[in-house]
Amino acid sequence: MTGAYVDKGYVFAVARLRYAELKLLNNQAMDQLVSASDYEDAVKILKEKGWGGDNNTEDAETLLQEEREKLWSFVDEIVPDRSIFDVFKLPNDYNNLKAALKESVMEYDYPGIYISESTVDPELIRNAIKERNYQALPDDMIEAAEYAHSTFLKTADGQLCDIIVDKACLDAILKAGKATENDFLEMYAEIKVASTDIKTAVRAALTGKDKDFLNMALAECATVDKNGLANAALNGVDAIASYLGNTAYADAVSELRKSPAAFERWCDNLITARMKPQLYESFGLGPIAAYILARENEIKSVRIILSGKQNGFSKEMIAERVRDCYV
Amino acid sequence: MANLGLFFAVLGAALSAGLAGCGSAIGVGVAGRSASGVVTQEPSMFSKVLILQLLPGTQGIYGLLIAFITLANIGMLGGGAEQISLLSGLMYFAACLPMALGGLISGIAQGRCSVAAIGLVAKRPDQFGKAMIFPAMVETYAILALLISILSIFGIPAGI
Repeated sequence: MTGAYVDKGYVFAVARLRYAELKLLNNQAMDQLVSASDYEDAVKILKEKGWGGDNNTEDAETLLQEEREKLWSFVDEIVPDRSIFDVFKLPNDYNNLKAALKESVMEYDYPGIYISESTVDPELIRNAIKERNYQALPDDMIEAAEYAHSTFLKTADGQLCDIIVDKACLDAILKAGKATENDFLEMYAEIKVASTDIKTAVRAALTGKDKDFLNMALAECATVDKNGLANAALNGVDAIASYLGNTAYADAVSELRKSPAAFERWCDNLITARMKPQLYESFGLGPIAAYILARENEIKSVRIILSGKQNGFSKEMIAERVRDCYV
Repeated sequence: MANLGLFFAVLGAALSAGLAGCGSAIGVGVAGRSASGVVTQEPSMFSKVLILQLLPGTQGIYGLLIAFITLANIGMLGGGAEQISLLSGLMYFAACLPMALGGLISGIAQGRCSVAAIGLVAKRPDQFGKAMIFPAMVETYAILALLISILSIFGIPAGI
């Protein structure tokens, strides 16, 4: 009874996005974009579908940035506290941390490498690392930042530093997913962490990394056993494939063999398939989270199409990289 | 304690109007939030979503009707309440329960169903007719509760 009484159900928000979902690009619209004769034609189709702001830009990056801003200002309108969707933005925080660590160790300023769409102000991370004031960072970041910084200074190994930060990022994503107490967001965090573990394991197997590296790089998650995956990675890509055969990611094996990009696409499509039931859900955070991901995926696909058109790739090449649509 | 019978009869009437009214208020409230969301995006949808919002409002009216009949039967409306026995009062109380509980729960359920129907209309305005049928189905059970409450109240023998 209280669930219906207090707006925990995000009823207003879900009703608003039910209408907004009508404007999402479907597979037919994506095909139309892929079949566009050239870049200008693709941009024209997008504008007809309401993409872009008032400044009539033809530049792909500006167009996509405008769409992303539209998405987040819409989310701000419908959800009182956008921090519930931090799980989507955590990777940007940790990217900024990596940037700050490199900037600090190299002792050179690269202000352009920071991502502004993050949960923590990039400037705060930058200053905290510069002044070694780790306590200013979010709790989950402190330990990783301190350890990565000292390791980087001691070993000058940028890759090792990245691994420490990436692992902390995965742990933070999983924790943030659980903290939402929303099944859909927890599932998203789990797939994100498991798929990153799999990608890392494959890369480690191809470059012949040892067990210590794998223990440091892989994060614990529910659908993939860290030790099982690490042991498989020590025995090569085939062993990873046979290990994954017994997990929820069995279908991904053929994609993994093709390329990391194909596997990434498979993971995005898996999340899209899992979020489809949210189209019929009238209450809760699930439909809102699914809409945000659908929009982000859409922007990702449009970026692939536009850059493909700019670089003169064939329609077939572009089509096999475009993600499945939510609607 | 002589008026305990009267107390139970009034309690029944109060619960019937109160709980069924709560059910409707919650139902209409939740559907209203959803309707506002749709109208924010598309103001032309107002009339369609308004009808869907109002569907859970009937339970409150049914509850009020049962309360009126009960109060009229025990003479409370005219200002001259009769002395009724404890048994008779308990019977009025029991007769009001189907409407009180049925109204409360069906109002909430119908409100949630209306929210889903409003989502359907937002996406497919041409399917309004079908969208209205789903929450209207929940109405059946409010009407059944109303029917049993009315039959019971009218069936309570006088002078027991």
